[in-house]
Amino acid sequence: MKILVCITHVPDTTTKITFTDQNTKLNTAGVQYVIGPYDEYALSRAIELRDASGGSVTVLHVGDAEAEPTIRKALAIGADDAIRVNAEAKDAFFVAEQIAHIAKQNQYDLILMGRESIDFNGGQVHGMVGELLGWPAVSPVMKLDINGGTATLAKEIEGGKEYLEVALPLVAGCQEPIAEWRIPNMRGIMSARTKPLAVVDPVGSDAGTTVAEYQLPPAKGSCKMVDAANIKELVDLLKNEAKVL
Amino acid sequence: MSVLIYAEGFEGKIKKSSLEALAYGAALASKLNTSAIALATGTFQASELSALGKYGASKVLHVSDQRMDETPVAAIASAIAAAANAGAAQVVIMPKSALTDSASSKVAVKLKAGVVNNVVELPDLTSGFKVKRAIYTGKAFAVTEINTPIKVLLLRKNAMNAIANGNDCPVEAFQPSFEATDFGLKRLKVEKAEGEILLPEAEIVVSGGRGLKGPENWHLIESLAKALHAGTGCSKPVSDMDWRPHHEHVGQTGVKVSPNLYIAVGISGAIQHLAGVNSSKVIVVINKDPEAPFFKAADYGVVGDAFDVLPQLTEAVKALN
Ligand SMILES: Cc1cc2nc3c(=O)[nH]c(=O)nc-3n(C[C@H](O)[C@H](O)[C@H](O)COP(=O)(O)OP(=O)(O)OC[C@H]3O[C@@H](n4cnc5c(N)ncnc54)[C@H](O)[C@@H]3O)c2cc1C
Repeated sequence: MKILVCITHVPDTTTKITFTDQNTKLNTAGVQYVIGPYDEYALSRAIELRDASGGSVTVLHVGDAEAEPTIRKALAIGADDAIRVNAEAKDAFFVAEQIAHIAKQNQYDLILMGRESIDFNGGQVHGMVGELLGWPAVSPVMKLDINGGTATLAKEIEGGKEYLEVALPLVAGCQEPIAEWRIPNMRGIMSARTKPLAVVDPVGSDAGTTVAEYQLPPAKGSCKMVDAANIKELVDLLKNEAKVL
Repeated sequence: MSVLIYAEGFEGKIKKSSLEALAYGAALASKLNTSAIALATGTFQASELSALGKYGASKVLHVSDQRMDETPVAAIASAIAAAANAGAAQVVIMPKSALTDSASSKVAVKLKAGVVNNVVELPDLTSGFKVKRAIYTGKAFAVTEINTPIKVLLLRKNAMNAIANGNDCPVEAFQPSFEATDFGLKRLKVEKAEGEILLPEAEIVVSGGRGLKGPENWHLIESLAKALHAGTGCSKPVSDMDWRPHHEHVGQTGVKVSPNLYIAVGISGAIQHLAGVNSSKVIVVINKDPEAPFFKAADYGVVGDAFDVLPQLTEAVKALN
């Protein structure tokens, strides 16, 4: 089975977000970049599926060369090869177009990615890729098994979980507990250096959306402390001051 | 011309977040001098749909096809796109949910529309079409310009007040043409979560962390939640250890909530947890460690042992009712 895993290169979850250039750019000073945590679940599951039944795992990233350490990390975790589309990821549709274009040139059975990126939280690339390819697209997927040409999966729905069956090929947006995050071992890290990483040019259109300005939320006021011996006061405050009860 | 609002339902009821989307759509329609049309898919009582007029819909299109009750995403996307085309919609609005994340992406491709998720305010129309959306899991906002003729917006919960102040509106049957692939996924079964209150929809959320020590103590969280008619959440390690189901896990890699009141008990307040709750209106933190970082993000705090505080708080809430 040939699996394509699409990964984002995003600030680590502990990053304190600030902006520069009159609030038009993320301040990247001191920011640690990682594979998107949801994408890493997708990658882990892809590797498990390959190890169980053969095939290959290719990682794909749309972005500039700064993301290469993140791509190498995905190779160290266990992907076989990588493709980087050399372009700024302008918006979800632009990224989806690149993924669909690569998918049309290669016969993948499965395209996995995270349910959303943790920078822009769009959650829409999976569906756009599915629509562009005419493939079914499912998200957020919490469990995924492949049996021959058929996928069975569990998807989170409002108020529970839905189990679905669908013929491959398939696009899936993944989240836990689809697999456990994997820590690359020494051999993985060594071999990642020489695994193929192809750089290709982008295709397609202008972005439908552009960011005019970034903003930060207003600072939180101070916390009002209530004595543990006087819990009734907390209820009074919530009712009469905060008016949320 | 029109503004189309997808009114997502849950078990025969239109969700509150859909009413917020309707109020948003109606306000936008009046800015654009046009009408707000709602679309509902699946089985509803007629009165449930005509009542959408109270929130600003001028009419409701209803796809009553029973296959829609299983919420087939592709078919819902086809229905939304068809309704948008039928009404020459300039803007399509949906409440943000797992369903609409997927459906909107297909609608956007079908309509060649720019799509923006997690919208928190009405758009600024002074030059172009700019909307503010939450990014970095609520740590920041991006004012985003949409350059396409048709726009698709997903509204974050609690971004708008849904107030019923109009009259009932007409409901029309709507039958889009579906493609065979729209029903291509076979549903094997559904597992329902316990508890009646959907976490992403809850007005009040009571959440427990590792400080609760074990699943056997969750009745303390559940009793308080019951007294408050609240949903229950937890931190990631709690769901990782299977003390609680994964769909209750709140935070950066879990559910993002924006309730009126979030009560965090025995949760330290790691940045990844805060990312999922920072758009709550009021945050209460109960923790035995006065240095717990969560207090910095809280509106009200109690330094105390959860095992003492929770029963007292539950009693005090019950006394109020
Ligand atoms: C990439 C990544 C993503 C992550 N995503 C998430 C996420 O989405 N959501 C999330 O929650 N975490 C997430 N985490 C984990 C996060 O970093 C923290 O480890 C986690 O939130 C801590 O959970 P906790 O507060 O329950 O436990 P702890 O940090 O162990 O805190 C327990 C708290 O309970 C208090 N306590 C102990 N006993 C009592 C008592 N008797 N009464 C009152 N208080 C008591 C302690 O003082 C302490 O503050 C993520 C981590 C990573 C690396």
